[in-house]
Amino acid sequence: MNKTLKAFGLALALSTALAGMAMAQPTEVRIGVALEPPALDPTAGAAEAIDIVVYQNVFEGLTRIDQNGAVQPGLADSWTISDDGLTYTFKLHDGVTFHDGTTFDAEDVKFTFDRILGADSVNAHREFYEPITSITVIDPLTIELKLDRQIGRFLFDLGRGDAVIVAPESADNNANDPIGTGPFAFVQWDKGSRVVLEAYGPYWGEPVHLTKASYVFIGDTATLTNALLAGDIDGTNNFSTDALAVFENNPQFKVLVGTTEGETILSTNNKRPPFDNLKVRQAMAHALDRQAIIDGTTNGYGTPIGAPFAPHNPYYVDLTGTYPYDPEAARALLAEAGYPDGFSATLKLPPVPYARTSGQIIASQFAAVGIKLELINVEWAQWLEDVYANKDFDLSIISHVEPFDIGNYANPDYYFGYDNPEFQALIETLNGTVDETKRKALAVEAQTILAKDAVNGYLFELAQTGVWNAKLTGMWQNSPIEGLVLRDIAWTE
Amino acid sequence: MKRLLSHPSLVIGLVATLLFLALGLLSLVWTPYPIAQIDIPRRFLAPSAAHWLGTDNLGRDMMSLVMAGTWTSFLVAAVAVAIGVGVGVPLGLAAAAWGGAVEWVVLRLTDFVFAFPAVIAAILITTLVGPGAVNAIVAIGIFNIPVFARVARGGALSIATLDFVAAGRLAGLGNTLIAWRHLLPNVMSLIIVQGTIQMSLGILSEAGLSYIGLGTQPPETSLGLMLKDAQGVFLIHPWLTLVPGLAIVLIVIALNIAGDGLRDAIDPRLRQGNPNVLA
Repeated sequence: MNKTLKAFGLALALSTALAGMAMAQPTEVRIGVALEPPALDPTAGAAEAIDIVVYQNVFEGLTRIDQNGAVQPGLADSWTISDDGLTYTFKLHDGVTFHDGTTFDAEDVKFTFDRILGADSVNAHREFYEPITSITVIDPLTIELKLDRQIGRFLFDLGRGDAVIVAPESADNNANDPIGTGPFAFVQWDKGSRVVLEAYGPYWGEPVHLTKASYVFIGDTATLTNALLAGDIDGTNNFSTDALAVFENNPQFKVLVGTTEGETILSTNNKRPPFDNLKVRQAMAHALDRQAIIDGTTNGYGTPIGAPFAPHNPYYVDLTGTYPYDPEAARALLAEAGYPDGFSATLKLPPVPYARTSGQIIASQFAAVGIKLELINVEWAQWLEDVYANKDFDLSIISHVEPFDIGNYANPDYYFGYDNPEFQALIETLNGTVDETKRKALAVEAQTILAKDAVNGYLFELAQTGVWNAKLTGMWQNSPIEGLVLRDIAWTE
Repeated sequence: MKRLLSHPSLVIGLVATLLFLALGLLSLVWTPYPIAQIDIPRRFLAPSAAHWLGTDNLGRDMMSLVMAGTWTSFLVAAVAVAIGVGVGVPLGLAAAAWGGAVEWVVLRLTDFVFAFPAVIAAILITTLVGPGAVNAIVAIGIFNIPVFARVARGGALSIATLDFVAAGRLAGLGNTLIAWRHLLPNVMSLIIVQGTIQMSLGILSEAGLSYIGLGTQPPETSLGLMLKDAQGVFLIHPWLTLVPGLAIVLIVIALNIAGDGLRDAIDPRLRQGNPNVLA
């Protein structure tokens, strides 16, 4: 008996020692993310999942957006802007190499922007860079961009995932084998399972703390919860608020609640009757009880919005009172619009919990004013094709996660089909305005127009609710741009 | 009737099944609260006098959901069994009565359907026509066909060699009439027993399909869909998973007990001295 106990004790001590050794200097991190990217080239796709994996990790742009949304130097050490605001001259960092060993210089920058602006460009946001008229290589470390008009947020736009610098040698293969200049190099992508990145030794910037990072794709909340509890993954940047309570009082984890750029909207097909009727859209806006949607969908973690604009943005104006929750007013407006008995429509829901749950709540709220919704659950590929590309939908629910994406409403070909020349002119003026006070006034006016026109049902701003191992530091609490930046993440004891 | 009641497991199973069926039927005309009515402020309530089984993550009354979900489950399973019986039994009887090429074709067809995992076929069907309760019925129904075809053929084969069938043939009855008059009545008990078992399997299949999002779609509800909705909050509100889970378990047990009892009660091999059996 005694012997057995001793042996047991020894084994225990041994295993503790072994575990201690293994735990001594962890430099790997395994991150659970809900969605697998369709490809890994951020300059050729709109999916946020791409940026989550590669933005600022594998790829870098001339500028870099930090976790407060401010512009920092990236591959460009410094820049000068001409007095007329039309010529940007960038001084590039010396000694930067791509992960395949090729050297980074001004030719790569020129190639990148030529590719974005080219006739066969597949960039998701060509419009941000379309004012660029010429790209001139002055010397290998100096490049000059000329614009045909002033753009207030040009330096920010250069820091987006859409404008990361790629090399002519590797650009064509970036979808499956991304090669950039960032602190992490791509190692492998086990489709359906994970992407593995490894610290890139010759990285030009400040060395990172991690040696290896894996993105593990786990779409299901229960599985993710178990993976976190079992220690199979070390954290996730955005965890379902439904099960957040499991981790809130657990000292082994920390919960980071921050802001995102995700305006969740009831996307409305403005080109399709009856939604082309302003009264119908106003009625729908009156029928939405935002607080109930927020409580039911995000357990209170969202912020109500009255226009497609992030509440933490300095230009934000609270327009949630434009069409307050008022079923009576909704019914009256429907009657005025010629639908006294309401109407039927379909609501296509992508496979994200916020959409599926808020869809049910909205269906119930709309039913109360006579609008009967048929809920159709679709997968991502189908959503991108049917709703986003082919505009074959009545209503949908989606979070627009790009920073300052109010400009989408100035694009009449955008999937919700809002065509308002007055608004388009306003956005053009806004883009060309550099003065902060004027920009704010214009942004407020733009939000007000969109709120009054009830283009879409404006629901709430998603919160970012990360769950991480308590020993990890350096994660971004807020998400001012799409991405999950590994740069500052480190293990502490 | 007396004979039926002398099997206690049959009585228990039938009573429990009928109880659930009654709950489901009742949901058609009355539920404590409308099931599509979402009321966020009253979500996650514990069981109380107002909400016997509490409320779910959207503030819907669990009792109402269980009632409506039970009805969906029974309906899907029953129609699926009806499809299986309606198509499978004639096929099986035809195989037994004609034999030869007909039998070969029927057997290969059933082999073919058996070879497909039901869920894969259900995914196929829903990919083609979209998810929904009707598609779940079709998918489950298709997989009931070979089960009933086999049972009917097996039962009929053991009858087909008996003298009274031969007598029927001598009297000039064709295969169709042989199958209809002599084979069918004698395999009926087997079909009923198998039907009860397939009902319970159908309820499980419906729950499974709804759980993976291919069956019943909101705002309709089913027990499997309730499980799916509840799993995200399982660690915090396990009650929401327990209620539909237990309901499924109880219904399936009830149906199985009833099926067992029925077999004991009406299997002709377990019975003696009833002249009508071989009529």
